Amino acid sequence: MDVVTLSRIQFALNISFHYIFPPLSIGLGLILVIMEGCYLWTKNPFYEKMTQFWVKIFALIFAIGVATGLVMVFAFGSNWGNFSRFVGDVFGSILGAEGIFAFFLESGFLGILLFGWHKVSAKMHFFATVMVAFGAHFSGLWIVIANSWMQTPTGHKIVGEGASRRAEIDHFWEVLLNPSTLDRVTHVLIGCWLAGAFLVLSISAYYLLKKRHIEFAVRSLKIGLVVATTSILLQLISGDSSARGVAINQPIKLAALEGVYETKAPTPLYLTGYVDTKNKTVKGIEMPGFLSFLVYRNFKQAVPGLNQVDPSLWPNVAVVFQTYHGMIAMWGLMFLTILFTLYAFWKKKLMSSKWTLGLLVVSVIFPQIGNQLGWYTAEMGRQPWAVQGLLKTSEAASPTVTAGQVIASLTLFSFIYLLLFILFIYLLDSKIKQGPTGVDDTPEYTKALQI
Amino acid sequence: MIYLELFWYVIIIAAVTFYAMLDGFDLGVGALHLFAKKDEERRIFLNAIGPVWDGNEVWLVILVGGLFAGFPLAYATLLTAFYIPLAGLISGLIFRAVAIEFRSKKKSPTWRKTWDVLFFLASVFIALSVGMALGNLVQGIPLNENHDYEGGIILSFLQPYAILVGVLVLALFAMHGAIYLVMKTEGELQEKLKGWVQPAIIFFLMAYVVTTLVTLIYQPQMTERLRDRPYLFVLALLDVLAIANIPREIHRGKMGFAFLSSCANIALLLILFAVGSFPDLIHSSINPETNSITVFNAASSTTTLAILAVIVAIGVPLVIAYGFYIYRVFRGKVKLDHMSY
Repeated sequence: MDVVTLSRIQFALNISFHYIFPPLSIGLGLILVIMEGCYLWTKNPFYEKMTQFWVKIFALIFAIGVATGLVMVFAFGSNWGNFSRFVGDVFGSILGAEGIFAFFLESGFLGILLFGWHKVSAKMHFFATVMVAFGAHFSGLWIVIANSWMQTPTGHKIVGEGASRRAEIDHFWEVLLNPSTLDRVTHVLIGCWLAGAFLVLSISAYYLLKKRHIEFAVRSLKIGLVVATTSILLQLISGDSSARGVAINQPIKLAALEGVYETKAPTPLYLTGYVDTKNKTVKGIEMPGFLSFLVYRNFKQAVPGLNQVDPSLWPNVAVVFQTYHGMIAMWGLMFLTILFTLYAFWKKKLMSSKWTLGLLVVSVIFPQIGNQLGWYTAEMGRQPWAVQGLLKTSEAASPTVTAGQVIASLTLFSFIYLLLFILFIYLLDSKIKQGPTGVDDTPEYTKALQI
Repeated sequence: MIYLELFWYVIIIAAVTFYAMLDGFDLGVGALHLFAKKDEERRIFLNAIGPVWDGNEVWLVILVGGLFAGFPLAYATLLTAFYIPLAGLISGLIFRAVAIEFRSKKKSPTWRKTWDVLFFLASVFIALSVGMALGNLVQGIPLNENHDYEGGIILSFLQPYAILVGVLVLALFAMHGAIYLVMKTEGELQEKLKGWVQPAIIFFLMAYVVTTLVTLIYQPQMTERLRDRPYLFVLALLDVLAIANIPREIHRGKMGFAFLSSCANIALLLILFAVGSFPDLIHSSINPETNSITVFNAASSTTTLAILAVIVAIGVPLVIAYGFYIYRVFRGKVKLDHMSY
């Protein structure tokens, strides 16, 4: 395999493993803010103990998120030297802002969040929690801005020739607010909220199944459910808006996601299916005219197909079709899970419905798969470009790095990630089994409880 | 706009300095970790750095990100050249992070011992690698006329001079960490730790004297500017005073001042490094005049540097303000409770 392919595999491994954790810290961060907010609002110490348990889970996730995130800071330069030289001027101010505004905020106040319970006042501690959550969101914001510029670059100018050709910043705000920034930041952050909310739902449902810490579990589950319900509905709006944005800004990408080879009206939407790349057709369950509707809000207009450009400029249609539809399927599964849970709540049957609780326990995996597939779609859908229309991935690798070096570091990181993942699951599992402390069920609460 | 480039160079050197002063004591504590034999002592060590080490490490991210932002050419070449050593450094940073976080999560002695050893090894390894990277930068690495790296993958970094600087940095951090621990502990443990400071200082002084002599003889380019501008010797003199002040303050029982002296020592050493190597970011051992990557040929556009200056002007006062606040919250001696590591 060549250096570019190996570097892509390595980057995919790094980012996929890293991307398990920040969405959880962003989502769980929001939930910590709500929980501790409840404590300040109601002055009920139960919420304080509740928050302390989730903070411990948060700390574990955050630690691995930071450790694996560190790899990313280096990976751009070590494996994608030409890319770094090319985008450095544009990314410079974005990543500088991320470091100074976001990383210090979250890492700094994390100390108070974890160890400051008796050192600062309740209000000050809440402030620290808000700052950690805000910092986590903020770092997500900046890095997605950088990635959005790679999707829809604006506000720059190209200078130099050959090896010294690079993009230079021209209009700062146009770089920040490039056409896809708003859609993509919203889409990613809601995906993160879902990841955090479903983690809380899953662990709470586990306690309900085991009939342990019932009050703790119900109170946590309610907060998780509110966040999950809000997010899943918002994600519908955001997903629709993102897809239309892709149709306008990256029409080839959209054509690949839906397997539209020929431009013909009306364009169908596939619920599921597979791409026959040889015959350039899609076989599956189709909804006639729905892609036209999605993009143009009418059932007749033709959505431009892949045939507008040379096949060398197509992404891998068969793969991105599946990742894209897989992501949407995960939305569907989360939506149904929430629907069943709300129904069981309404019928006051949640406690007795082992089936719903069991579904909630496994549901933690749905947003994870959705987030991963979403990134694959975004990144592989942009191929063969590293920066849309400006720099091809094949030109982006480091000039002097050899395949042997990439294989060596790839092996090393695969080993470390495997080890980390096993340890993470092991420690998470033992934290969950150990359970929260200081949250014994209050008789009045459990007596009045009818769910 | 030469001022913007100089400004960003100062920011980069400041980031290195803050990283060395702050994460330096975390790494030093790690390098001393196995010398504490009791579980409680080791927990005190970990909790002494517990609330702050994560924030301290961000300075490294700022340093690397700052290079990407202001000097993309230096960033790309540096990380490509040091490819394999960097993979090692990153692994070290990962293991250090998880060792701190995981160690006290289980009561089992085997579990704890494993993470103790990993924490120690990772900290020593990071300190050595950072020092060796610095040593290689002083000595220069082979770059061609396109500023691409042309040297070996691993062995070419294991030069005697680089190893010497690696040992110096390890000694420096161990001394810094020992002083930090004395400041954060009390009673019997503190008395014991005071006994560690002296050998740490001697170890550092030996490494320091040898490195200085070797630099004077074999790396004359580093001291050229000092010879041309003798008033810069004030920096070296201040550094000697800062080091001499450390045992004095410990003797007087002023641990906070001893720690500040140690910080001043680190800052002065790095300022001397910056004075000696400017304007080179990466000194080339082949045709240094044309092939070296400098503050001027690696800089981002004026627009980017100006935006970065605005970001720094807004962001850094904020970072310093809440940095101070956080260190104030956790000032005083370490006390273990149920939320501790």
